Amino acid sequence: MAAIAKTSNAVNTSPGYSIQLRRFGLTAGITLFAFIFTFSFLLPFANMALMSVKTQEQIAASASGLIWPMEDALYNYEGEDYVIYRVPTEDGVVHQWALVEKGRQTNQFIDPANPEAGLIEWTGNWRGLSTVSSLRPHFENFGTAWDLINFPILFRNTLVIAITGMIGTLLSSICVAYAFARFPIPGKNVLFLVLIGTIVLPGQVILIPTYALFSRIGWVGTWLPLIVPHFFANAYNVFLLRQFFLTLPRALDEAAMIDGAGPFKILTNVIIPQSWPVIVAVSLFHIIFAWNDFFNPLIYLLGKPELQPISVGVQVFNFQYGPRPQLVQATSLMAMVVPLVIFFLAQKVFMRGVVFTGVDK
Amino acid sequence: MTTANQSSMSPAGIVPTKKNKTKSSLAQQQRLWGWIFLSPWLIGFVLFTAAPVIASFAFTFTEFDLSNGDITFVGLKNWKLLYTDPLSVTALEVTFKFALISIPFSILVPLGMATLLNAKHLSGKRLWRTLLYMPYIVPAVSAIFVWQSFLNGEAGWLNRILKLLGVANPPNWIQDANWILFAFVLIGLWGAGNAMLTMLATMQGVPTELYEAADVDGAGPATKFRKITLPMISPVIFYNLVLSVIGLMQYFTVPYIVTRGTGQPGTSAYFYSMHFYKTAFSYSNMGYGATQAWLIFIIGISITIFLFATARFWVYYAAGD
Repeated sequence: MAAIAKTSNAVNTSPGYSIQLRRFGLTAGITLFAFIFTFSFLLPFANMALMSVKTQEQIAASASGLIWPMEDALYNYEGEDYVIYRVPTEDGVVHQWALVEKGRQTNQFIDPANPEAGLIEWTGNWRGLSTVSSLRPHFENFGTAWDLINFPILFRNTLVIAITGMIGTLLSSICVAYAFARFPIPGKNVLFLVLIGTIVLPGQVILIPTYALFSRIGWVGTWLPLIVPHFFANAYNVFLLRQFFLTLPRALDEAAMIDGAGPFKILTNVIIPQSWPVIVAVSLFHIIFAWNDFFNPLIYLLGKPELQPISVGVQVFNFQYGPRPQLVQATSLMAMVVPLVIFFLAQKVFMRGVVFTGVDK
Repeated sequence: MTTANQSSMSPAGIVPTKKNKTKSSLAQQQRLWGWIFLSPWLIGFVLFTAAPVIASFAFTFTEFDLSNGDITFVGLKNWKLLYTDPLSVTALEVTFKFALISIPFSILVPLGMATLLNAKHLSGKRLWRTLLYMPYIVPAVSAIFVWQSFLNGEAGWLNRILKLLGVANPPNWIQDANWILFAFVLIGLWGAGNAMLTMLATMQGVPTELYEAADVDGAGPATKFRKITLPMISPVIFYNLVLSVIGLMQYFTVPYIVTRGTGQPGTSAYFYSMHFYKTAFSYSNMGYGATQAWLIFIIGISITIFLFATARFWVYYAAGD
């Protein structure tokens, strides 16, 4: 950098060049800042990933030292594991030998590179020696956590709740958005305002009567309270769909109408085929919402571990296995895989949907 | 639309009454279809919103035990309990304190990120945007455990970094009553993605002529940001502010999981929604729970109305809105 600046002074003094250089410096500076910021922002992910492949001992060891999952190297000699030390000898060479027999003065080592040579006697205090450590990630933590938390059941529960809710919200929200976008309903604007107003309604205020109702009809302890309400549309989805439907040309509706299509047929044959991007966005939003929802499954599926989704399962697991942080981090990671994969596959649809709802309101 | 056009095109006086009838019956039919398509929301609104809101208001005057279904009318007892119950007052204080701490962050952090992403001289914009938005997708439960480990007082990376940077005694975040709310603010940073995206999109929508005109007038970047960008994106800031307030009134998952439902140390993280959860679902005191919910509702609505009232002084709506 300094060299370039020097040459620019010496050789090229044209203003165009220095402006270009300044621009390059600005871009480099801002981009570097973005890199550092993003890196710090995502640093907890790295912490999680590393911790999830450590053993309890590695976590304890790395709490003050290196952050990597390091472990003392071992050598198996005649059926026993022995720790490998760095052993200096008189000829100035540092050997990597496994300590087989500890003694006050003399110790017996074995050379893993040459075990046939038998035990080697070394005089000195073995406590003064340092161990040989190597990177040893324990991916089996994921298997352990998978079994302990009963991940397949949690996965199935989450998937069923998310997919059926998604179907419900699609069916209902598309119809309602269609009504708002295309039909001359008296008082439509007021109704739409009421719909949008439900966004600012705190959930607690409707929770108790709803819970009482579901409890009375025997739905508490089943998936129904988490699924059925989604069959009655929701403000965000209706808003998003309606905004999109309004951009569709009415001429196509009218052409279909002249061909004798009824309103329902127009919806299925004209509106929906043009609206896939927004329908996909709504579906993904719902899946992510259902995947991440914690409060509703917590209260409606209390004491029903066989029905709980991942979010509640991971939290219950942490309450039980808190002292084993590596497993907690492993389950946290497993719980976020599906939403993240969906996000990375459909980023564009996703972010456009967010912008669509947020900006126009 | 079509029918209106047709009738205006047909010569005056020749319009037969029969056609008028079919026209109005077509309009009627359309209206009927409209109601049919609207019905899922109408039914849902009555069943899952309007009726429960009214019912929960009625519950505030009762003692209601769900386990045996007993309802007794107790008048204003629950409402009085709101300020005689010391935990209720504490929980309200905690919630307000957190709101004051976190709301500036919930606006300024996404605003800063959007400004960065909107910078002319940033390369790799799409990559940074995706990465900064990504944590928003992570399930809250996972995010909380990830942060809990990151914020650990002894071994957590944050404190180790702070020590490297020369901070001798970094706080023991989630175990320290003075710092736990700041820990929640840090955990909340991962939720900034949504607001960031909406602010960014609005910034990108600001007409470039405005900036060009400012350039002509010799305005620097700071002036342009203050005089053009901020006013132009103020509606989105306002929208996110309202959403933040509503979200804070219901702030539950983070403190519940981090403190394992206790609100400890002391009552430093005992939020109102946790008090509500305990009252209604641990002690199944549904009448008092409904009263707490209504208090949250009233406070939330009041703040929202207040915000809307102040909006005309600082939120800029383009002509025609």
